[in-house]
Amino acid sequence: MNTHANAVHDSSLESPAAVSVVPPPQTLYWSLRREFWENRSLYIAPLAVAAVFLLGFAVSISHTLRRIRGASLLAAEKQLQAITTPYDLAAGLLMFTGILVAVFYCIDAFQGERRDRSILFWKSLPVSDTTTVLAKAVIPILLLPLLLSAVSFALQWSMFLVASAALSATGQSVSTYWAQLALPQMSFLVIYHLVVVHGIWHAPFYGWFLLVSAWARRMAFLWAILPVLAVVALERLLFNTSNIAVMLGRRLSGGAAEVMPMPGTMPIHPATTHVTFLHFLFSPGLWIGLAVTAAFLAGAVRLRRYRDPN
Amino acid sequence: MACIEARGLRKAFGSTIAVDGIDLRVEEGRILGLIGPNGAGKTTALNAILGLTSFEGELKVLGRDPWSERERLMRDVSFIADVAVLPRWIRVSQMLDYMAGIHPRFDRAKAEGFLARTTIKHISRVRELSKGMVVQLHLALVMAIDAKLLVLDEPTLGLDILFRKQFYDSLLNDYFDGRRTIIVTTHQVEEIQNVLTDLMFIDRGRIVFRTSMEDFESRYFEVAVNPDRLEQARALKPMHERQVLGRTILLFSSADRSQLAALGDLRTPSIADLFVAVMGHQPARSQGAAQ
Repeated sequence: MNTHANAVHDSSLESPAAVSVVPPPQTLYWSLRREFWENRSLYIAPLAVAAVFLLGFAVSISHTLRRIRGASLLAAEKQLQAITTPYDLAAGLLMFTGILVAVFYCIDAFQGERRDRSILFWKSLPVSDTTTVLAKAVIPILLLPLLLSAVSFALQWSMFLVASAALSATGQSVSTYWAQLALPQMSFLVIYHLVVVHGIWHAPFYGWFLLVSAWARRMAFLWAILPVLAVVALERLLFNTSNIAVMLGRRLSGGAAEVMPMPGTMPIHPATTHVTFLHFLFSPGLWIGLAVTAAFLAGAVRLRRYRDPN
Repeated sequence: MACIEARGLRKAFGSTIAVDGIDLRVEEGRILGLIGPNGAGKTTALNAILGLTSFEGELKVLGRDPWSERERLMRDVSFIADVAVLPRWIRVSQMLDYMAGIHPRFDRAKAEGFLARTTIKHISRVRELSKGMVVQLHLALVMAIDAKLLVLDEPTLGLDILFRKQFYDSLLNDYFDGRRTIIVTTHQVEEIQNVLTDLMFIDRGRIVFRTSMEDFESRYFEVAVNPDRLEQARALKPMHERQVLGRTILLFSSADRSQLAALGDLRTPSIADLFVAVMGHQPARSQGAAQ
């Protein structure tokens, strides 16, 4: 049409393009901030849980201290348990909160932007599908565990301050309590567990949820869960085995053998737990998990790109 | 180099053909109106141009393949696809931060200048804004991007007439500089008649009519024919005939102006009238409009 009307200058289409480029890390950084703006539950939920728990701990501190005193008359092991249980509980509660938040985040990650059609806005910007998927994957796999670590660190140390104040007020020894508690080691183990197990070891789960979110038009949660259950049931029916269920269970329960040698228990108490990071680094389970995660994320990139926006 | 160049552009969804072999060339600096009935393939064609959907055939936008180079292309192209696609949870201030963070061509001061003319507060979330304000915000963001191509797909749908008028006014006054290219689709054609430089009708996936607005104005005439001249006028083979308030209005293409002026009141037709006339000539739709 109308080729005669306006003279076209080739140069004008090319000239300024070369200079103005946003470096990829900057795009990723803003994509991550965007996620936290949208999903405030990522930090509000852990903070709220921590605040409520701390309040409960403070209110019941005299009761707790009485229990510790009572236990010290019986056995050292009972006393240790009475001291550390609230701290284990605090860490466990935060871990559980983290899993809930991460799962709901992943389920909604791509479905949400299609539901409110804001994908049409995001795609009008020079941000690739790969960057978007990467940002959404980094949240549950890396940033949320780090954030939970910080909250859990703050919570446990606040609990210790509350307990110390109460101990001093009643004229009891803070140093015995401190020695029994081994708080620095405990904090470290919690952080290690959060980052390694809840982030990296669980990464394939989050990759899977993100993939389903990019794929499913509705009810992503059911699509994420039911096919897996169906496959497990099918294996049972056809071969009378449960290899898949066992594999998933081991992945879910934290891969105790690979990450920490203490199976079955909440592996955060220093006296019974040994970090075997090198062992973990060279375990095939880690690398298979990461490869599976990468495959799921690549699928999510492809789906986000190919799915028609309207 | 043309801004957009398409040859045999085609897109099918299963057995439904949305875009059926479009050849298109849009030069830089044009404002093209893409007009067509619902389901004509406008949005699909635009989605192909914006790299939102795969396609068959050849298509180059600013010299690039939009499907394989969407991210790169979006530095030079901006678009408003439909109203109210801004994320509802975001704050205006966050939006400005984000755009400044990720877009190499986004001028934050410019966007703030446009926003200062509205009643939109920086602290507000999109969900708290009225529909008209959301469109104002989106337009402010888009106009602050130094893009070479702007695509607007029904950007003013559902807005009241004041907002719609304002929208095109600021687009022309604050954004269009004669070098940028704009493509717009809308059903409110009368409002963009004076905005466009080029016009294109699309129906069932094909381009059925195209003209520049200069040609449009010098070539197409509408005559409210005096009753006694009706037979004489019909002999000149009008494209289309309709009755308005008892008068017969004939639409002519490339007829002699002075000859027509003798038959009755002469004027340039509206895009809507021409659209009806052209669509009436389309084979399968002829029963409605052409008789």
